Amino acid sequence: MLPELGQFALILALILAVLQCVLPLVGAQRGNAALIAVARPAVAGQAVFVTAAFALLTWAFLSQDFSVAYVAQNSNSMLPWFYRFSGVWGAHEGSMLLWVLILALWSAAVAAFSHKLPADFIARVLGVLGFISAGFLLFTLVTSNPFARVLPAPVDGIDLNPMLQDPGMIMHPPMLYMGYVGFSVAFSFAIAALLGGHLDVAWVRWSRPWTNVAWAFLTLGIAIGSWWAYYTLGWGGWWFWDPVENASFMPWLVGTALIHSQAVTEKRGSFRAWTLLLAIFAFSLSLLGTFLVRSGVLTSVHAFATDPKRGIFILAFLTVVVGGSLLIYALRAPKVAGGEPFAAASRETALLINNLLFGCAAAMVLLGTLFPIIGDALSLGRVSVGPPYFAFMFILLMLPIVLLLPFGPFLHWRSADLGKAARALLPAFVLAMVATAAAWLLVANLPWKALAGTAGSLWIGLGIVLYALSRWRNAPAGRRYTPEMVGMICAHLGVALFVAGVLVVESTSIERDVRMVPGKSVEIGALRFQFDGVHDTRGPNFSAQQGTIQVFEQERLIATLSPQKRQYLRNSQIQTEAALKPGLVHDLYVALGEPVGTDGAWAVRIYVKPFVRWIWLGALLMMLGGFIAASDKRFRVHSTSRKQAAAATAAPLPAQGSHA
Amino acid sequence: MNARVLPLLGFGLLVVLLGFGIWWSSTHDLREVPSPLIDKPAPTFTLPELDDPSKMLGSRDLAGQPYLLNVFASWCFACRDEHPILMREGKRLGIRLVGFNYKDEPGDAKRWLAQYGNPYDVVIADLPGKVAIDFGVTGAPESFLVDGKGIIRFKYISPITPEVIERELLPRIAAMKEAAR
Repeated sequence: MLPELGQFALILALILAVLQCVLPLVGAQRGNAALIAVARPAVAGQAVFVTAAFALLTWAFLSQDFSVAYVAQNSNSMLPWFYRFSGVWGAHEGSMLLWVLILALWSAAVAAFSHKLPADFIARVLGVLGFISAGFLLFTLVTSNPFARVLPAPVDGIDLNPMLQDPGMIMHPPMLYMGYVGFSVAFSFAIAALLGGHLDVAWVRWSRPWTNVAWAFLTLGIAIGSWWAYYTLGWGGWWFWDPVENASFMPWLVGTALIHSQAVTEKRGSFRAWTLLLAIFAFSLSLLGTFLVRSGVLTSVHAFATDPKRGIFILAFLTVVVGGSLLIYALRAPKVAGGEPFAAASRETALLINNLLFGCAAAMVLLGTLFPIIGDALSLGRVSVGPPYFAFMFILLMLPIVLLLPFGPFLHWRSADLGKAARALLPAFVLAMVATAAAWLLVANLPWKALAGTAGSLWIGLGIVLYALSRWRNAPAGRRYTPEMVGMICAHLGVALFVAGVLVVESTSIERDVRMVPGKSVEIGALRFQFDGVHDTRGPNFSAQQGTIQVFEQERLIATLSPQKRQYLRNSQIQTEAALKPGLVHDLYVALGEPVGTDGAWAVRIYVKPFVRWIWLGALLMMLGGFIAASDKRFRVHSTSRKQAAAATAAPLPAQGSHA
Repeated sequence: MNARVLPLLGFGLLVVLLGFGIWWSSTHDLREVPSPLIDKPAPTFTLPELDDPSKMLGSRDLAGQPYLLNVFASWCFACRDEHPILMREGKRLGIRLVGFNYKDEPGDAKRWLAQYGNPYDVVIADLPGKVAIDFGVTGAPESFLVDGKGIIRFKYISPITPEVIERELLPRIAAMKEAAR
């Protein structure tokens, strides 16, 4: 009974989504206040019903209702309650429901925090969100019903994929979808602006906090995914350029370009058409990612159960949404470049370069990901380009970013003095070089990548610190650090940490595979790893062999690690659980291989990964930066003085446009 | 021509490509791509061995006996799924199992094999991926069944499962041995 109620709630939500799409859009076009007023209640109602459906599916998991096919496939009577909870989004059907839920929550947030915006504008925004929601609800109901029954009900479920039985997996999909779906808000703002012809800079100011929050969530989601891969897959890699990872990375790259171009458009009025286009692209790539992951045209291990019907549906939806929005763009995008003119040396130019590089990087990832299909189409055979292509191209494209990033904040809008910026950054350059030279002298045999990482990281980090100092000296008290600026500083420091983490860990990780006899030790650098044998143990739904390894630093015990080799009882899948001692300076990482010989010896892999945490710390700082910037009151307060100020800067723009 | 139409046109091309992708994947089983090389001689090649790059191994060294060439790489997620099956059931095939390490850093590959075990009789390394092109390798994991005369008899894309061994590989191996007799 309850699962049927869940399905019914989804159908009601679909009807409300259609109403939320059609009526406010028509109302906004005709200036009909009654139709416009439908938008908010429809959003609220839809959120209630989708939440109810989600809660009912969660209940089916928690109460072990194996008559629901989806529960039977992804749960098991021995599964601990928290994995039954996260099992809701452990496979295709439930993760679509999660997607729809998050879209409903974002829509509700937009409806709740938009009372100061023009009624027709917000009606169009909610209408576009309703369209997206209707599409996904229809998709869920028609091709991926999570509430479908299986009769007779199996006695027990098949179990959740062991790789997903992990705390990281509880958090990864919701955060990722918060990002994906969040870009739909920036998208809706852009489409609403195009539809209504409000192509001034106001829509950009309104959509900036939403974009920043979405981007921050996406950053977090990707970081958690990478962290999960790092300790779950058992061999210490943290990024694999897998099609599914790429699907999340492309919107991130375009989203990064978008938050920068929005800043230009909002403050200077330039790049208006480009910002509209990026807002469309960021969400389009989220949809494309969904298509690639769930249609089965690309094979990936993340592969959700695929079904050609789903592929055709998403492709049709993708065509309507993206094709439709690009058509609207072609018809209504501003015909003349607005905004104030800027010199070749200016912050606008710097951000343009940023946009071009991030745009190229996204295109590069898209090309690499689609390469197998292109190969089929041109009958070259199904060719995959592996990590070698992605890594090389990506480093090539990001190198200028690393070099130019510190200049950005120092360059003035409109026209900047490059020499002055270079002089201001000279201390950062000198310090970075001195520190890198010192590292080269002090640490023997440091690979060039590690040196490059140190130099790049210090250059960015010190450059940003210098900028923060110059604000302190030059700006009047109280206006030194707006939240927007603190967010920028924070995110760019995150880039510095990330660069250091990536390059140092790539080049200086120590990875040893050793045969260990119980009671014997292995020395790696200043550390001694002592193997105390393997014993059997049990978990709620698995049996395991657990090794014990004590790590000593100068005869002081610094860690006891217990890596496991698990066998899940229900589907006898083997899963290696690495044991970690995380640290700011290095991670100690131990994983069990196979038993070798008869004397109780095991093959053990021992990693010492210097600065690997910095990769995720950097990502967390970027995320934090996104949230802080979004909190800037400037985006929200519409006091009269602010409106006047906006009008004053906006007024000359059309005039300039008409001259052009 | 209006520049603002360009994104739409670009997207149009993308849709055509993706539509083609759906059509292709619904009319072709991605796991059993009819390779033009089936029933043709395997390409001739010589590649260094993973464990000792100074030693070269080529198609000529492998001739005379049937073998299963299994493409794998440490960066390949799906190979992790396939690996335990090869470890457990590889011996059942009764033929040489040749590991073809594809576009992989030798260090990574060695560690990967040390971690999960080495089911292969010999492992050759194709870091630049040139020989892989001759074979028409589309990704990893992928497997080629080559008979004693050096003819490719079967190609399988995606992880080998016990069912594949039972239904596809063992009957073909038995037939090859029958024919060779």
